[in-house]
Amino acid sequence: MNSGILRQMRPTFVYALLGIIFMFAAPQVLQLFTIINLTTAIALAVLALSLALIWGYGGILCFGQVAFFGLGAYAYTISAINFGGSTWAILMAVMITSAFAAALGYFIFFGRVSDVYLGVITLTVTLIFFSLIRRTSGPEYKIGNALLGGFNGVSSPPINLPWNPTSFLFPEQVFYVAMAALILCYVFAGWLVNTKFGRVCQAIRENELRAELLGYDTRLYKLGIFTIGAGIAAIGGVLFCNGVGRITPDVFNLYNAALTIIWVIVGGRGTLIGPIGATFALFYLTSALGGQSVLNNNLVLGIILIFFVLLVPKGVAPTIIDWVNARRKKAPGRVRRRRGSRGEGAQ
Amino acid sequence: MDLVVAVLFQLIYVIANLALISLGLAIIFGMMRVINLAHGEFLMLGGYTVVVATNAGVNIWIAMLILAPLVVGIVGVIVERLLIRWLYGRMVDTLLATWGLSLLMVGLVTSIFGASTATTVAPPLGAIRIGSYAASGYELFLILITIVLLIAVWLTLRYTKLGLLARGTMQNAEMASALGVSTSRIYMVTFGLGAAVSGLAGGLLAPMTGVLPTIGATYIAKAFITVISGGSAILAGTTAGSVLLGGLNGIFSFIAGSTFGEIALLLAAIVLLRLMPRGITGRFFRKSL
Repeated sequence: MNSGILRQMRPTFVYALLGIIFMFAAPQVLQLFTIINLTTAIALAVLALSLALIWGYGGILCFGQVAFFGLGAYAYTISAINFGGSTWAILMAVMITSAFAAALGYFIFFGRVSDVYLGVITLTVTLIFFSLIRRTSGPEYKIGNALLGGFNGVSSPPINLPWNPTSFLFPEQVFYVAMAALILCYVFAGWLVNTKFGRVCQAIRENELRAELLGYDTRLYKLGIFTIGAGIAAIGGVLFCNGVGRITPDVFNLYNAALTIIWVIVGGRGTLIGPIGATFALFYLTSALGGQSVLNNNLVLGIILIFFVLLVPKGVAPTIIDWVNARRKKAPGRVRRRRGSRGEGAQ
Repeated sequence: MDLVVAVLFQLIYVIANLALISLGLAIIFGMMRVINLAHGEFLMLGGYTVVVATNAGVNIWIAMLILAPLVVGIVGVIVERLLIRWLYGRMVDTLLATWGLSLLMVGLVTSIFGASTATTVAPPLGAIRIGSYAASGYELFLILITIVLLIAVWLTLRYTKLGLLARGTMQNAEMASALGVSTSRIYMVTFGLGAAVSGLAGGLLAPMTGVLPTIGATYIAKAFITVISGGSAILAGTTAGSVLLGGLNGIFSFIAGSTFGEIALLLAAIVLLRLMPRGITGRFFRKSL
């Protein structure tokens, strides 16, 4: 890793440090119930991060990121039940999901399916998962020892210490694991978008034809970032089924697919921290809405989505960054020379 | 022999069903390059119109064939004026905005009618006999009306002035505009018509499926695969997509159960798009409507 990347990643490290402080401070101040809730929100934030990576940086409009999230959760649960421990199950979850994404991505990218069709296909895959797994309620639908359970889902064994299946983690410890996973995934994604690979992906996002004429096999790069994003989503899925304690086909439904898109739109495409922040904000908004019955959740989310698409198409984080930059430029006596183009650095 | 006829009938019904739920989407997509993610909710609204109207004492045929398309068509025009109009040429944003609209409509209908199934309407036609097998008369009616609908759309596009203007706008909007066609109005009418056809489909299917606020989600996946596999030609695309995918779905459902039927449909669509990224009509029948 050269010093150039490290300098580019300075904001990433700042946010990661804040995350670490939060990770150690939160259990001291907050109650256990809140901590368990937070674990779920963190899992969803990992999902948002994965979409922020492949949509915001790879330019791949994937509507079915929850498919990878849910697949990861199911793969983890089923392997953990069969293996009697979570160590290999986590690995299996990431590998199965990435392999599935690679296979699906092969058909999509090598078929040169463009943006909008891509969105529709990935969404369709998600909905098919939804309707398929809902139907697996009979005793004949099982993988190894794990019953799929149809509509009711499967209860997930909790994470244990590596290679020690008897030492289960308590909810508070799962919180540490989740937060650490989020921070690691965030730093990894922040690093990835600043590597050569990440830069080529951004070039493809800006102008696919031009990137191709420069000699890059755009299909391969897109497939790469798509697969990595699916792997990260699978980690989110593993954390999610640990936070909730079970996994049901409902993760695959249209509402959750829309929610993922909304986090990224609201947070802002082209940043990583924006969607993570938006996830936490909207998670608490929807929890608060769940407590009352006047306004329907779907209704509010629909309005938020339409509002952002029409009026704040860039999302919150980029709008704030633009605004701050504009202020900085205007401020007298503080005019600084711009150091290269910094627009695409990880935030 | 009776079995063959009965199975064939079922197969044709699956195909017709697919064409029926996809046609409204295909009209909007083929004409305007707008992928309407609220399509499922247009179908859902059509269903609710029928249920509400029949509960209020309206004859079921009037509710299905007149009220459902009328109500949803008006909703479509309003949506186009308030939302879609600002987003032409921005395909991704349109997609996202219509998704927001879809959530909004689900939320609204849930708030008004509640989250569970509203009172169902019984299919207004009894069973028919094929030799020793019974088949639903209503399914036969749906097959016939799908065919009538396809022919009606073809006649409209081919022989009316509106169809001519619409086809012109579809081929080259700027040129049509230079020749004095109000493309904005054409888009509005097309969107309204597409919505009306979706409403009609939703109304016709209401007796078969019942209505739920979230029922759109069960249609939307199939409708999208059909339209995208079919490609941009409205009629030829919808027909080709439905015949191919519906045929596969029907055959695999018959052999291995409906779960495998749906898997077969999806896999076929993905492989098809790998081979023909622009859909069936991107490769064959290019000049067709």
